[in-house]
Amino acid sequence: MRKTNWLLLGLALVLSMFLVACSGGGDNNADGGNSEGNTEEKNESEGNEGSEGAEGEPSGEQVLNITDSAEIPTMDPSMATDAVAFQWLGSTMDGLYRLGENAKLEPAIAKSHEQSEDALTWTFKLREDATWENGDPVTAHDFVYAWQRAVNPDTGSEYGPYMMNGVIKNAEAISKGEMPVDKLGVTAEDDYTLKVELEKPIPYFLSLTAFGTFLPLNQDFVEKQGDKFALEADTILANGPFKMTEWKHEEGWTLEKNKDYWDAENVNLEKINVKVVKETSTRVNLYDSGEIDAAALSGEFVQQKAGSEELKTEEEPVLFYLKMNQQHEVLGNVNARKAIQSVINREDLVNVILANGSLPAVGDIPQNFAKHPESGKDFREINGPLVEHNVEKAQEHWKKALEELGKDKVELELLGGDSEVAKEMDAYLKNQLEQLEGLTVNVKPVPFKERLRLDTEMEYELQNSGWGPDYIDPNTFLNMWVTDGGNNKTGYSNEEYDALIEKANNELALEPVKRFETFLEAEKMLIKEDAVLAPLYQRAVAKLWKPYVKGVITNPMGPDYTYKYAYIDKE
Amino acid sequence: MARYITKRLIYMLLTLIIIATFSFFLMKMLPGTPLTMEDKLSEAQKEIILEKYGLNDPVPIQYLKYMGGLAVGDLGISFQFDNREVTDIIMDRIGPSMQLGAQALIIGTIIGMLLGLVAAIYHNGFLDYSSTFVAVIGKSIPSFIFAGLLQYFIALKLGWFPVALWGTWQHTVLPTVALAMFPIAIAARFMRTEMLEVLGSDFIQTARAKGVNKFGVVFKHGVRNALIPLVTVMGPLAVALMTGTLVIEKIFAVPGIGEQFVTSITTNDFPIIMGTTLFFSFFFIFIILVIDLLYGLIDPRIRLAEGEK
Repeated sequence: MRKTNWLLLGLALVLSMFLVACSGGGDNNADGGNSEGNTEEKNESEGNEGSEGAEGEPSGEQVLNITDSAEIPTMDPSMATDAVAFQWLGSTMDGLYRLGENAKLEPAIAKSHEQSEDALTWTFKLREDATWENGDPVTAHDFVYAWQRAVNPDTGSEYGPYMMNGVIKNAEAISKGEMPVDKLGVTAEDDYTLKVELEKPIPYFLSLTAFGTFLPLNQDFVEKQGDKFALEADTILANGPFKMTEWKHEEGWTLEKNKDYWDAENVNLEKINVKVVKETSTRVNLYDSGEIDAAALSGEFVQQKAGSEELKTEEEPVLFYLKMNQQHEVLGNVNARKAIQSVINREDLVNVILANGSLPAVGDIPQNFAKHPESGKDFREINGPLVEHNVEKAQEHWKKALEELGKDKVELELLGGDSEVAKEMDAYLKNQLEQLEGLTVNVKPVPFKERLRLDTEMEYELQNSGWGPDYIDPNTFLNMWVTDGGNNKTGYSNEEYDALIEKANNELALEPVKRFETFLEAEKMLIKEDAVLAPLYQRAVAKLWKPYVKGVITNPMGPDYTYKYAYIDKE
Repeated sequence: MARYITKRLIYMLLTLIIIATFSFFLMKMLPGTPLTMEDKLSEAQKEIILEKYGLNDPVPIQYLKYMGGLAVGDLGISFQFDNREVTDIIMDRIGPSMQLGAQALIIGTIIGMLLGLVAAIYHNGFLDYSSTFVAVIGKSIPSFIFAGLLQYFIALKLGWFPVALWGTWQHTVLPTVALAMFPIAIAARFMRTEMLEVLGSDFIQTARAKGVNKFGVVFKHGVRNALIPLVTVMGPLAVALMTGTLVIEKIFAVPGIGEQFVTSITTNDFPIIMGTTLFFSFFFIFIILVIDLLYGLIDPRIRLAEGEK
């Protein structure tokens, strides 16, 4: 009896082990991981075995091995909201235009376009040789369907209404369910002519057509897939340089060259293997072992790799600043805000705290983002620094503010983030701000969602906040500070400022130079005169790239990278 | 026995309903919405979308709707991963976590038990101190440090195993070793303490006096009696290991579920939070049941079912 019991126990253990192993193995052990797959291919082509880091060995093998920081949340262009989704949509799909070198717009599915006199109607001529992965031609109807779907309230898209309301005719009413979807200002005049009617002239409209939300969709395919659309590699339809051939959720995905792509002759890479790796140290180890060709770094790893020729910093047009709630009696005082602007040492902030190549921010428009339409000079260069680090001057402003307010001691609360970097940053800001005599700063770290709630309800005093552009135009940064703007939330209201923005977007919509100059003026008013924000830094990413990876283009908006022209040169 | 198990299953169901209720209302107290563009959308736009997903209903209505879905086995769809079913997501991710957890548990327990056994037999000797040392190290070094060291030296410098990622059995070796440190430490400590106690008790003396050899005494009489407390702690440990660990999964880039749970909370992905909570709870309750059944096997004195009298 005893013996049988022991046998039973043993059997149960063995069985449970077996069961567990099965459920674990299921779909993951089916085929080899990244490294194995690659070695195999190498053997086929050049016999170049082993580590990829082997130098001086010429190889024509066009395979790029990279990582991304998270699983793709969705491959549905209407539903995409984050960098990962837009990156892979951008690699597998073509819109009317796409971003090329230096953020220049290149015709993609569109061959050319025409604007009407009043700039309200845009007519796009589409190329006739573009096809979907399944052989269907890409037509004007695909754009009509996709754009209607994006604003349709039944879709539940976040970016659709955000990007199209106030831009495409009737989008606002449709997104509220007050008008049928087919009233949207986009029509197919014939299979290869797309007519777009705008609500008002939009000088940056062309850059929108390169954005993920404006990508076309094959109606038959989308409707046939129903709820399953864009959830797996085989429920996606590509029309771009690459197509997704495998997608293992949370583990990684594989893109292969789309042989039927209209511009296939300019696509060099045969394959892109992407693995999800969230930890920086892991990425660095994989990079050092030669398994991956690129690795994004953070803080300490940047210092560790400093001096390496493979280290590149890529500046992004994402701006961070201290938001100051003007409903607070002290922060409502312009001198107090000016004191805060100039007491912070931004050089030390980017070099010591961030140490990843980020730049000090000295205005509300990032560097290398908007160019003067005639001279081509950078917005930032023309307006120059609008804030400076000057403790003496800061003290003067502060003294004046305290006099005006009749106070000698002030306590302010700084809403901080709860991430590792945020904690260091907030401690630094507290230290900098408390140089102002009589000021005490209390840091209150909150999770991101809570910070947003406090921002919306304006229940904060100071907060470290940031903004990334939605299109390439100064308007995306400056428009939000108008009176009662949806994202203003500082209580800032200046009729003159409102008028400038209004003028730039209406009267001057068709006069690019004057419009640009108006934005220059608006920025000065916002930062220098009214001191609405205390700019902190412009974000940059430090990344290791193997020297044989060439032709990868970094974009200021939409997909972070363009791999269309990338190639491997192991000469 | 069958009646006992049925009774336990009914209790399990009740426990799950209570857990679901608590977590639902706790979750609704989280600030924010599941919208990813919360910082950019206007209030009106947010309202329209929340309306579509039924998030504007009063919380009790939302609760009833959710429980209604649960009753027919519908865990809902994720917000974070549009349209993907929660069940699919959990099933996709649980595999690797379970595999690593089970491997670590089995290897860790066996090694830990051996260490504890050796320590008890050679009480206060060199082997005792060394195995205690291993146990202390295993318990006190944070797993991320140990995992990082393994990755750097064993994988990167020596090249014996892959640095990270998932796919072949080789990929599971380092994360398993890193995870196994904890069960090794626990099993060794418990085994040592229990064995010392058991070996000092009267019936062991009797067995010895009767002339049973040392091997027989230790394995036949000692280990079996020392197992009971060990099984008790191993249950929760098994759940903890097999439901995924944030740190190890991140460091070795394992597509497991440990990390998903944390992300879903920070992104307010309500259906995923509920789905994973319920799944983990179910798993935990189930393991407790299995352990209760195991007691009966290990120690015949423990009779679970009163009906068998």
